[in-house]
Amino acid sequence: MTTAVADGWTMTRRNMIHVVRQPEEVILYFSLPIMFVLVFGYVFGSGMQVPGGGNYREFLLPGVFVMTMLYGLGATATGVALDLSRGVVDRFRSMPMARSALMTGRSAADLLRAMLEMSTLLVCGLLVGWQWRLGVGKALLAVGLLLLLRVAITWVGIYLALLVRNPDTVGVIVFPAAFPFTAVSNVFVSPELMPSVIGTISEWNPLSATVAAIRELFGNPGLGGDSWPAEHALLLAVLWPVLLIATFAPLAVRRYRRLSR
Amino acid sequence: MTTYEVVAEGLGKRYGPTRALDRFDLAVPTGTVYGLLGPNGAGKTTAVRILTTLLRFDAGRATVAGFDVLRQPDEVRARIGLTGQYAAVDETLSGRQNLELFGRLFRLGRREARQRATELLERFGLAEAAGRSAGEYSGGMRRRLDLAASLIRTPRVLFLDEPTTGLDPRSRNQVWDLVRALVAEGTTVLLTTQYLEEADQLAHRISVIDAGRVVAEGSPDELKSMTGGDRIEVVVRDAADLDLAARIVAPICGAEPERDPEIRHLSVPVTDRVAGLVDVVRALDDAGVAVEDIGLRRATLDEAFLHLTGHRPDETREPVGAGRKADVG
Repeated sequence: MTTAVADGWTMTRRNMIHVVRQPEEVILYFSLPIMFVLVFGYVFGSGMQVPGGGNYREFLLPGVFVMTMLYGLGATATGVALDLSRGVVDRFRSMPMARSALMTGRSAADLLRAMLEMSTLLVCGLLVGWQWRLGVGKALLAVGLLLLLRVAITWVGIYLALLVRNPDTVGVIVFPAAFPFTAVSNVFVSPELMPSVIGTISEWNPLSATVAAIRELFGNPGLGGDSWPAEHALLLAVLWPVLLIATFAPLAVRRYRRLSR
Repeated sequence: MTTYEVVAEGLGKRYGPTRALDRFDLAVPTGTVYGLLGPNGAGKTTAVRILTTLLRFDAGRATVAGFDVLRQPDEVRARIGLTGQYAAVDETLSGRQNLELFGRLFRLGRREARQRATELLERFGLAEAAGRSAGEYSGGMRRRLDLAASLIRTPRVLFLDEPTTGLDPRSRNQVWDLVRALVAEGTTVLLTTQYLEEADQLAHRISVIDAGRVVAEGSPDELKSMTGGDRIEVVVRDAADLDLAARIVAPICGAEPERDPEIRHLSVPVTDRVAGLVDVVRALDDAGVAVEDIGLRRATLDEAFLHLTGHRPDETREPVGAGRKADVG
C-alpha cells in the first residue's frame, strides 16, 4: 500500500513536470473557456434570457467552469494514449513498481492541474463581473464539486485512451464526444427554454447537475424550475461523479491488465 | 555445473489462429550473451515480451533469475532490465529527469537516484545533454539513455530487443562495447537481432528462430559448420581451364565443386583445411593451370541461416502463423 502511494506520487510528479515543460499545452486548454466567456457573455449575451431574471454572464460562468473540467478529458486521454504509444508504459510495466501508479499518478496530476485552472477561471470570472454571493464556505464547496467532477472525467479519459490507444484518434474524437454534453445541458441555456424532450435530457445530464448545484452554492441566477433533478441538484452533483468513477475506474484497470494479452 | 539464468520450456502463444510462438525452448547459461536470431515476424519480440512479464502466454513455463515469470512477476521485474527497439523513455522529460524517475520507481532514495543518474549519464556519454528533452536526442543517444534506464539497478538479466536496429555503425559499436562491458561484470544478456554480424560478434550461443519455433541452436561456429563448414575458393586466369581445374580439385576434396564461368570461379567444401589447400595448389600447379586467386573461406552465419530456414534473415517474411502482432505486439 505504501509503495502504491509512493509510486503514485512519483508518477504524479512526472506528470506535473510535463506541464512545466510544455506550458503551451496548458495555454491551449485555458484559451477555450476564456473564449467562451467572451463570445457567449458579450456577443450573444445580450440576446439570451435567464429565467427569473438576472445577468447572463453571471448565469454563464458556472457553466464555463464545468465546461473547463469536461475539456480536461482531452488532456487526460491524449496524455495516456501518448504514453501507451511511445513504449514508456512497457518500461513501467517491466519494472517492480505498483501497477496502479500509472493511473493514480495521472489522476492526481490532473486534479492538481484542475486546481490551477480553477484559480485562473475564478479570477477571470471576477474580472467580467461574476461573483459568489453566499460566502466563502459555499463557494469552496462549489469548487469541491467541480474538482470531484474533474476526477470522474479523468477516469473516463483514462479508459477512453486505453480503449482507443492511438493518440491521434483520441485527439480527434474527444471534442465531438464531449461537445454534445455541453450543448444539451444547462451550461448555455436553461432547459426550461428547450423543447420538452431535449429539456428533460438536459436536466438529467451529469454536467447539468454540477452546473445547477454550483449556481445554487455561488448564489448565481438561473435556478431551474421544479423538476426532480433541478430540485435535487446538490445530491446529483455528488452522485453522478461517484457513479462515473465507480464505473470507469474498474473498467480502466481491467483494460490496463489486458495490455498483457 | 552450468546454471541457467533464463529457461523456457514449450512456450506457446497464439493470436487467434496465428501461432506467434510454438513449443519454444530456451536455456541461457548464467553470465553469457545469448542471441535470438530470426527474421521479422519470427517471434523474437514475442519471446522477449513474455520473459519480461509484459505478455501472457498460453502454454509451457518460463523462469528468469530463478523465478517463475507467471507466478512471481514482481521478483522477475526486480532483477531484469529491458531495452527495446523503440526507446522506452519519457520524451518530454530531460535525460536526467528520466533516469531519476526510473530510479525512484526502482525504490532508490531521492539522493541515491540523483547520484545514480549522474553516474549513468557520465558513463553513457550523455552528461552534456542531461538537461535536454529526450525527444530532442538523436537515435543513438536515445538508445543509450534507454540502455542506461535498464541499468539503474544492475540487472541480473538484461533483455535487448534489437538494440541496434536503426543505428549508425558508430552508435552500434558503442552499444556493442557497453554490452561486452556488462557481461564482463557478470550480467546475463538475452539479445534479439536480425543481423547475423551482431549475433556473431556478441553471442556465445544462438538460437535461430523461424515462424515461432527454434530451428537450430548452438555456438556461432557450430551453426556455421552446419552448412558444410569451410570452403576452398579458386579463381583461374583463363575460363577455358575451369573444367580442368574442377576435375583436379574434386577427388582431393571429395566433392563436386560449384562452378561460375562468368567470374572464372569455383568453390568446394573442405574438411582438412590446410592440407586440402596445399594439395589443391600443388595439383593445379602440376597440371599447369594458371591461378589468379586461391584461398580458404569460413562459412558465414548468413549461409547457415539460409541453409536452416530456406530464406535470408534480412528478408521480411510473413510466415503462415506470424503476423505483425507477433513481432511488434
